[in-house]
Amino acid sequence: MKQGVAPDDLTRPFWEAANAGRLVIQRCAACDRLQHPPSRRCGECRADTALEWQQMSGRGVIQNYAVVHDSPVRLLQADQPFNVAVIALEEDNDIQLYSHLPGTPVDEVPLGAAVEVIFEATANGQRVPEWRVVGAEA
Amino acid sequence: MKAHRAPAAMFRANEGMGLWEHRGKVAAVGIGHSPTARRWDGQPETSVGAISLLALRRAIEDAGVDPAAIDGLVLDPTTTTGAHWPKGRPVPAEMLDAFAATDDPLDGLAQLSAPWVLKNMPELSGVKFAMHGDGCMTRAICVAAQAVGDGLAHTCLVLKAWHNYAGRYGQGGASAGDALPGNVAIHALWGTPVCYGTALQFAEYCRKYGKRHEMMAPFMENSRRNGLLFPEGYWAQHRPEDITAEDYNTARWIAKPANLLDNDLPIMAAAAYLFTTADRAQHMRQKPVYILGHASSRTRARSMTATLDEVEADTARTARKLYEGAGISAADVSFENMYDGFTLFHQFHIEGLGYRGLKFGEALDFYQTDISIAGPNPVQPSGGNIGCGRTRFWMHTDCIQQLQGRAGRRQVTGVKPEVAVSGGPMPMGGDFMVWSATPG
Ligand SMILES: [Zn+2]
Repeated sequence: MKQGVAPDDLTRPFWEAANAGRLVIQRCAACDRLQHPPSRRCGECRADTALEWQQMSGRGVIQNYAVVHDSPVRLLQADQPFNVAVIALEEDNDIQLYSHLPGTPVDEVPLGAAVEVIFEATANGQRVPEWRVVGAEA
Repeated sequence: MKAHRAPAAMFRANEGMGLWEHRGKVAAVGIGHSPTARRWDGQPETSVGAISLLALRRAIEDAGVDPAAIDGLVLDPTTTTGAHWPKGRPVPAEMLDAFAATDDPLDGLAQLSAPWVLKNMPELSGVKFAMHGDGCMTRAICVAAQAVGDGLAHTCLVLKAWHNYAGRYGQGGASAGDALPGNVAIHALWGTPVCYGTALQFAEYCRKYGKRHEMMAPFMENSRRNGLLFPEGYWAQHRPEDITAEDYNTARWIAKPANLLDNDLPIMAAAAYLFTTADRAQHMRQKPVYILGHASSRTRARSMTATLDEVEADTARTARKLYEGAGISAADVSFENMYDGFTLFHQFHIEGLGYRGLKFGEALDFYQTDISIAGPNPVQPSGGNIGCGRTRFWMHTDCIQQLQGRAGRRQVTGVKPEVAVSGGPMPMGGDFMVWSATPG
């Protein structure tokens, strides 16, 4: 079970969208550039005036992964070992999100495989974007 | 005296800055180390403050300098290895009795400040310049080198110290809680240990270049072997144990492909150096080691974790900055002491530098050749964090000692020690130095 989330001002739109079953990513309208993790300024032009939230398709590919055997997070230790993959988004494959890849056996991660977003409840009920290999059993 | 954080302008983070304006005009002379310990035993005389004062006094004595003649002090105020003094726990009475306090009760206990050091070392009566170089010994070194070059100080101490308390690394605080702040949750919800990013980069490296984790074993053996020849180090002082290939290949995974031995051991220790101008250095007790240049990387990953492409582009950029500033090329480097905490990124550093002509993807094959201190291609003669414990300063001490010819049983014999490179921590986002036995 993932730890709960207490949304802060910066990331609240991301978490509220997740609770509504949508994946949104921060975008600088001035640069037409996505960025994640969210920041108060655009990483390119440094402006803080043109940042907005854009809905994503929820499609991506598995770019990389490692298998966590010794997590510092108490709530996750019962699930060890577990995959933590890097998902590259369809809209911009330099934009990454992490995933436990529910349904994918440990250390049998199909690199390059297509994934689609799902939303998983955390310890306090806040939902969080997760990813499942397209065509895999739920 | 107040100490400010070093301004960004003191670091050479851009390409095209040309030769460092103080090339060969600043020298390291004195070295002082405290003893090491795995964790604090609660006694004032082994506190992070006490070991800092000890290291500073040893560096002064080593250089043979009158303490009153010292006019500069640069240190990293952060001393945590990941362990924090619990909120609300009172400062032990023994600490209050043993040291002159500043207005921050954690000074000397869980952090440092230049004012705390100066209050507790009254013999440093002439210090007029004090600055904080946050993050690492390497960053403090850059600040001190620049300060001496710029004339802000002529005789400057540089200090880095670490404290470690009981408890498992990184398992307290937010990791033990039921909920995370939203901005932290973005990356921390997945429960990755600190080595995860490096593990990812190493996994990508192995796939791209057809390498395997076991190929790191000779590097591990070499690092610990060198570290056991470092009398100031933790493993030499407390646990004189080799690492064998079998030890390495059977160590438990932390974030596969990073195992337990790919992670260094948090310890308590302090080290200090005495820097001065090249002119003044001629009259001190030890042979001067000249700084030819320093360079910094302030590059950030585009998204969650730097990809291999991002890392390689940045290590190559760092090498260009470093060589340009020092007025040397890779062929001039006698040996390297780049950072190793985590071991799985050492190859990024040395491939970026083109050490011994290495190109990307070649370092693990290089590790299968003679990389010992007796051979022509020494890799990390300091032993680094793997050989000595996590401090991020062994590499600098070793460079200075090797170029002074006083590295003892660790002295490189397969090459003439003339020019050395050291620095870190991360391949993306670190500070780096070129040291030389001559002013250039
Ligand atoms: Zn922008």
